[in-house]
Amino acid sequence: MSESAKPHHPGPQVKGEKPHGGDFSYVGIDAILEQMRRKAMKQGFEFNIMVVGQSGLGKSTLMNTLFKSKVSRKSVLPNPEERIPKTIEIKSISHDIEEKGVRMKLTVIDTPGFGDHINNENCWQPIMKFINDQYEAYLQEEIHINRKKRIPDSRVHCCIYFIPPTGHCLRPLDVEFMRRLSKVVNIVPVIAKADTLTLEERDFFKQTIREELRANGIDVYPQKEFDEDAEDRMINDKNREMIPFAVVGSDQEYQVNGKRILGRKTKWGTIEVENIAHCEFAYLRDLLIRTHMQNIKDITGSIHYEAYRVRRLNESNGHFTPHPTVEPKANGQPEAQPSALQANGVAAQHEALSHEM
Amino acid sequence: MASSDVALLPDKGVRPLSLAGHVGFDSLPDQLVNKSIYQGFCFNILCIGETGIGKSTLMDTLFNTNFENFESSHFEPQVKLRAQTYDLQESNVRLRLTVVNTVGFGDQMNKQESYQPVVDYIDKQFESYLQEELKIKRSLHNYHDSRVHACLYFISPSGHSLKSLDLVTMKKLDSKVNIIPVIAKADTISKSELHKFKIKIMSELVSNGVQIYQFPLDDENVAKVNTTMNGHLPFAVVGSTEEVSVGNKMVKARQYPWGVVQVENENHCDFVKLREMLICVNMEDLREQTHTRHYELYRRCKLEEMGFKDTDPESKPVSLQETYEAKRQEFLVELQKREDEMRQMFVQRVKEKESELKDAERELQGRFEQLKRLHADEKAALEDKRRLLEEDQSSFSKRRAAAQLLQAQSLTANGKKDKDRKNSGFM
Repeated sequence: MSESAKPHHPGPQVKGEKPHGGDFSYVGIDAILEQMRRKAMKQGFEFNIMVVGQSGLGKSTLMNTLFKSKVSRKSVLPNPEERIPKTIEIKSISHDIEEKGVRMKLTVIDTPGFGDHINNENCWQPIMKFINDQYEAYLQEEIHINRKKRIPDSRVHCCIYFIPPTGHCLRPLDVEFMRRLSKVVNIVPVIAKADTLTLEERDFFKQTIREELRANGIDVYPQKEFDEDAEDRMINDKNREMIPFAVVGSDQEYQVNGKRILGRKTKWGTIEVENIAHCEFAYLRDLLIRTHMQNIKDITGSIHYEAYRVRRLNESNGHFTPHPTVEPKANGQPEAQPSALQANGVAAQHEALSHEM
Repeated sequence: MASSDVALLPDKGVRPLSLAGHVGFDSLPDQLVNKSIYQGFCFNILCIGETGIGKSTLMDTLFNTNFENFESSHFEPQVKLRAQTYDLQESNVRLRLTVVNTVGFGDQMNKQESYQPVVDYIDKQFESYLQEELKIKRSLHNYHDSRVHACLYFISPSGHSLKSLDLVTMKKLDSKVNIIPVIAKADTISKSELHKFKIKIMSELVSNGVQIYQFPLDDENVAKVNTTMNGHLPFAVVGSTEEVSVGNKMVKARQYPWGVVQVENENHCDFVKLREMLICVNMEDLREQTHTRHYELYRRCKLEEMGFKDTDPESKPVSLQETYEAKRQEFLVELQKREDEMRQMFVQRVKEKESELKDAERELQGRFEQLKRLHADEKAALEDKRRLLEEDQSSFSKRRAAAQLLQAQSLTANGKKDKDRKNSGFM
């Protein structure tokens, strides 16, 4: 070949600041961070979040609380009907929100009808199908010859599953759903309407849930196997200790101690949504939005989507064994052998021949 | 990745909302940047220029380090490329830099094919990325991106115009890589000559339709700086790793009897501008252009060449998957056929060889038989002769015995006679 590449030198390490150099040793490599930031701000971000749970668990309210605006479907429809749909519907609504120059296209996907029927068998199917359809759409875009500069990302990044606050344990519906969907999407289980549980009941409930999840092999976000390094693991272990988050949602503001805060006012007191002594909403919000949003998107893109892609590309191979490279090569197969064989003895050749035949 | 238009235009069905409080996703760019810091960055520069024009020195000066390059000879029969990868770090940013230098460019007598190895190298990097992207089990985030992000083309400071080699090479490369032309060894040109030279170069590039890299103007933060810099192209650079003391500071410079050319002095050369543009302001854009323009173009051409289309003759969208499947079946069938052919040929040859050998064996056997017979005959003959000899011997010994007996008898008779005679006296 006409080039020789030395697989890389571990040195020379260039430290930007030489002890005597002053400004002149500065190269400017770290300016790339600023460039990346500018590019990200200009492009904007996309985030798709799905909420799953029985009706009446406070899904829409929680979404509104999380994003501090009316993002739920009920706020969008002119006459929100309270009827339960006959089959599970998937309704997705997109919003453009902006904060401090950062623009985001937030899509909230609602699943009215889930778990509300008498016979709830296979209720996860429409949801699985929807999630896989989004992967499929992305895959189709990706393998186009003329592709768009930026493929619109409609893949579901995160699925919040609402567990009703029974205080006992997970129901079969919960276990089935989470078991199936944790393989294709990041699931974040939350205990809805947690203001009906006392702190002890809450802790007991959480522990039971965690054990059941472990017993059933359900890997919820943050998944243990995707921890990048020790520091990551430490942070994620702390989060895993708190899963599932016991949340309370509210979009009403009340006056407490001279401040206006979001809460639920009852005869026996006001539950402050953002007070970590009252509920764990703040932890959920921090995890989802402030610290791990990019990580959630990455795991969706590089793990769940890739797994779907592998499955999809493999199943169209039919009865052929999957090849490691997809592109056909014209020269990878057996070279000519006959000419290489010399007459070492009639017997030996005969043997070889009989093996061939 | 990013389009050059403003992204997120209000689509139908997307409502703009205002937030009632602080949500917190303004930390998203930070999250993204942190992830990138963790992963590290990758940047690949290709330097094309004649031997001795100062490519390695400029790289050393740009990145403030000694890349340990050795001088190349002028007698290379063909243009080669030498790629070296380095890990650099500045504050918390890790950069994997690959510098590819041409070796022997412009040294040959016949320079018609000089550009080819360069084009081949660039295509090869695109190809390996495409391969990775098309794999079933792929790991794109771990992939070491070796595609060339920037190409520094070194123009010799003749002061007149571009050489035809330069034009031909740049024309071949402009659709494959971001070309940034630089005038090397700029300390050999005077200021007024330099001005005229730059104008001449740019007009020649335009009239020959060469698309060099334009610094992007869509981001207001940097549009102003980039516009000014676009006007200064090509940059006239001087490289030096030696330090000379000027005033009370040590600066990178070249010392001549008539003065000192300071590398980082903007009055002396455009080095600072080049560093600013290449690294501090536009590195990310260079990488992006490579990915979204040059790589996509390569991918499109490659896939079309292989026969994939987005829509078939009836203008119905054809899935890449189906086309690929069809091709794959075709290919596998062909492969099977060829394998069978080869197998048959092999079997035949073996048979032939076998019969040949059998013949030889038979022949040998025949000869062996013959020799054996000969041997047996001779042995028989020998046996006969021996018998004869023995018979002879026995008859001879019989005769001898008989003769001896006779002799003994006659002797005794003679002896008597002799005795008698002796006794009787000799008569």
